[in-house]
Amino acid sequence: MGTIQPKVDDRAGDEISLVHAAKAGDMGAFEELVRRYDRNVFRIAQHITQNREDAEDVVQDAFLKAYQNLPRFQEQSKFYTWLVRIAVNEALMRLRRRRPERMVSLDEDIKTDEDSMPREVADWAPNPEQLYDQGELKEILSKTIQGLPPSFRTVFVLRDVEGLSTEETADALDLSIPAVKSRLLRARLQLRERLSKYFKNRTGGDGKQ
Amino acid sequence: MTCSEFLKELTDYLDNQMDAQTKAELEDHLQWCHNCYVVCNTTKMTIEIYRDSHLYELPEDLRGRLRSAIMSKCQCHKAEKNKA
Repeated sequence: MGTIQPKVDDRAGDEISLVHAAKAGDMGAFEELVRRYDRNVFRIAQHITQNREDAEDVVQDAFLKAYQNLPRFQEQSKFYTWLVRIAVNEALMRLRRRRPERMVSLDEDIKTDEDSMPREVADWAPNPEQLYDQGELKEILSKTIQGLPPSFRTVFVLRDVEGLSTEETADALDLSIPAVKSRLLRARLQLRERLSKYFKNRTGGDGKQ
Repeated sequence: MTCSEFLKELTDYLDNQMDAQTKAELEDHLQWCHNCYVVCNTTKMTIEIYRDSHLYELPEDLRGRLRSAIMSKCQCHKAEKNKA
């Protein structure tokens, strides 16, 4: 069985020269960094906050904070990893404001009611893209990931959607590598379990619920 | 190898972050354990479907508005800093 092919990052090449130019006061260089990463920051923010307005605010605040703190950026990590760290913190802050009754933290190793041992072991056939149109599929995926604890979906989106390495994810979230791996495994298995309800092979049925 | 042991290694297996011997042991388990084969295959599909889903794309018009707002706030910050 094949493994997951990582996304190829072809943007790292001149990132550092843009950062240096922006640090020297070149607004055009900073705008280029915004253009390069605004889609990623928006996606991460919406995955974490699950709210469109909050995601828009996170994009603005994260880039403004990055700009204000650029002189303090030590370049020990990639600019993008540093930006993600700022964006995740902003997104979590907004989530806490919106749900003050619930503790939102990346540190807690949440024990969910739903353990990670697979219960649903039916294969998926036909392919989910053949079962649902694009709109339906997006709704299922969005609804499904919303059900995960914030710490799980944050790790999942950074590793599996945005393609950060385990080390970069640990760096961006200030977590240990074993903590990232543990949350990632549980996030993947819980999403799989929940999606199986929609995508499992139903011999003789029309495949939809 | 038991199914629990297989599951513990699933993330590293899918990410291809393991030594050749452990990988061979996992693939041997997959040969005869149908349940683990299905879990492994559908977990891989889960990752791929989210990665390729274009969920939460930033629409171009909103993108333009956000970028203008960001750059104008940055200009203000720069101007204030220069004044100080």
